[in-house]
Amino acid sequence: MRLRLLIYGLLLVCCVPFVFPIWWMATTSLKPVSEIFAFPPSLLPASPTLDAYRQVFALQPFGRQYVNSLYIALVVTIGTLAVSSLAGYAFARVRFRGSGAVFLIVLTGLLVPNEVTIIPLYKMFDAFGLVDTHWPLILIPMLGAPSVLATFIMRQFFITLPSELEEAGRVDGLGRFGLFWRVCLPLARPAIGAVAIFTFLHSWNLYLEPIVFLSSKQKFTIPQALTQYVDAYGGPMWNTQLAAATLSALPVLIIFILAQRQFVEGLAQTGLKG
Amino acid sequence: MTLLLEKPARSDSPAARAPYWTMRRRDTLAGWLMVAPQLAGIVTFVLVPLGLVVWYSVHEWNVLAGTFEFVGGDNYQALANDQQLGPVLRATGLFSVGLVVLNLSLALFLAVLLNQKLRGTVVFRTLFFSPVVVTLVAWTIVWGFLLQDNGGVNAFLHVFGINGPNWLRSGGAAMVSVIVVQLFKNVGLNMVLFLAALQGVPAELYEAARIDGASAWARFRRVTVPLISPTILLTMILTIVGSLQVFAQIAVLTQGGPGTSTTVLVYYLYQQAFQFHHFGYGATLSLVLFLIVLVLTVVQWQMRKRWVFHEN
Repeated sequence: MRLRLLIYGLLLVCCVPFVFPIWWMATTSLKPVSEIFAFPPSLLPASPTLDAYRQVFALQPFGRQYVNSLYIALVVTIGTLAVSSLAGYAFARVRFRGSGAVFLIVLTGLLVPNEVTIIPLYKMFDAFGLVDTHWPLILIPMLGAPSVLATFIMRQFFITLPSELEEAGRVDGLGRFGLFWRVCLPLARPAIGAVAIFTFLHSWNLYLEPIVFLSSKQKFTIPQALTQYVDAYGGPMWNTQLAAATLSALPVLIIFILAQRQFVEGLAQTGLKG
Repeated sequence: MTLLLEKPARSDSPAARAPYWTMRRRDTLAGWLMVAPQLAGIVTFVLVPLGLVVWYSVHEWNVLAGTFEFVGGDNYQALANDQQLGPVLRATGLFSVGLVVLNLSLALFLAVLLNQKLRGTVVFRTLFFSPVVVTLVAWTIVWGFLLQDNGGVNAFLHVFGINGPNWLRSGGAAMVSVIVVQLFKNVGLNMVLFLAALQGVPAELYEAARIDGASAWARFRRVTVPLISPTILLTMILTIVGSLQVFAQIAVLTQGGPGTSTTVLVYYLYQQAFQFHHFGYGATLSLVLFLIVLVLTVVQWQMRKRWVFHEN
């Protein structure tokens, strides 16, 4: 009983740095400027106002930027799933000439973080006239280094499927693509879920790539837009920044709270455990 | 490839007239088609740029004049003479070591707490994990707000009679701040991986250790740690490589300051290339980053043999 109380106490204390910033972000965004630096700070706004939220949309095309982030993340997620599930399946279940060599080449993607290649990537997209478009933010994560981890996770999953499944499919006259699409892919839901979550969050959080590749506000993504709410002296407009930050976090946070089982267990069950 | 040659002819292929599209040929075609997008992507967006980084590192690029000249080892010379490089590597090392040590200890601690058979652990797990799904820059901005001189953290410390420093404006404290911000953002991910590993440790082993009179701490050290060591290694690799890539937090919180105290390698190479337009020198710094990642990964892979107790 004592031990139990101690553990609950420890858990509660540990929660503070995880939960408090999120609470602070949401509540401060509802405070009028005069209240932000009030001392002692108040946990709830005394006179809540939506002014900061109005500012968010008045100062920047925030709706547009939101749509940019959303559609880029969705395209990247679907594209990565297509690329990585096909490649992962081939590496796990198809015996073909050159498979080992190709796998080694693909694995080098795990060794080369995007930050290492950002300069030549910038020059390449510049040469094709694709700077200040969304193409780099879509193509690089979907086909480049970040998708390798996805391929690896899919491969680890497909390896675990029993071979009898595919033999049964063969008897029914399915070819390789049929086996992949009809038999194996439907079984891969946990791995697909984990890869989808990883990929979506990765794209949603991208910061270096957008600030390198994008220059017009209409094309900005959310993380990049968040830091643009500054006053005439370059100082941050805190309540506006925090309102925009809250808006950026809210949808993902809500989905997470509704589907936290799939989130947490999906990530834990992807061959990533030892 | 030799493996394919040694394989006996398939018994189900008709012996009389072997068709061209044997199962093996069909599989080879299907296999190549399936890996083609990934392979093309890796060649285009990883291998070619990696080659170009090497190429650029022996050139100098003047964006304004539009010239691109071969300069041989000049950039490497500059690297050797760069007064900033020492502090930058030091900051990078401090950040990585601090983050990895704190992250793995806290993740393991929380996972052990949550692995107790108690009600409500799912709620706590959700709370610890929730920063993972908050937009990285949003999380950084709110911490930036809390860490100001007159911000929430110092107000909290004031309750206990402590006068906190101006966290983001004084050297040591700024480094601590960026580590802590990153720590709480992502520790939930490692916690979940540890939790999955802990749940895979058979209860009989603890039972046996208990009968042998092992204390809780001894059970943890002698049973838990060895059995989850593959997960410890994996999370360590992921966390170290991730820590070397830190950028947004630095750019938003400190811009590498004060001085160069939080200028990590990625931020420095971003500054050199995209703010000062020293693309050739930036490419040289990219190679340094690549070599560090490469060496660390190889070392960790080697450590696996000595260190990881069991692997399946």
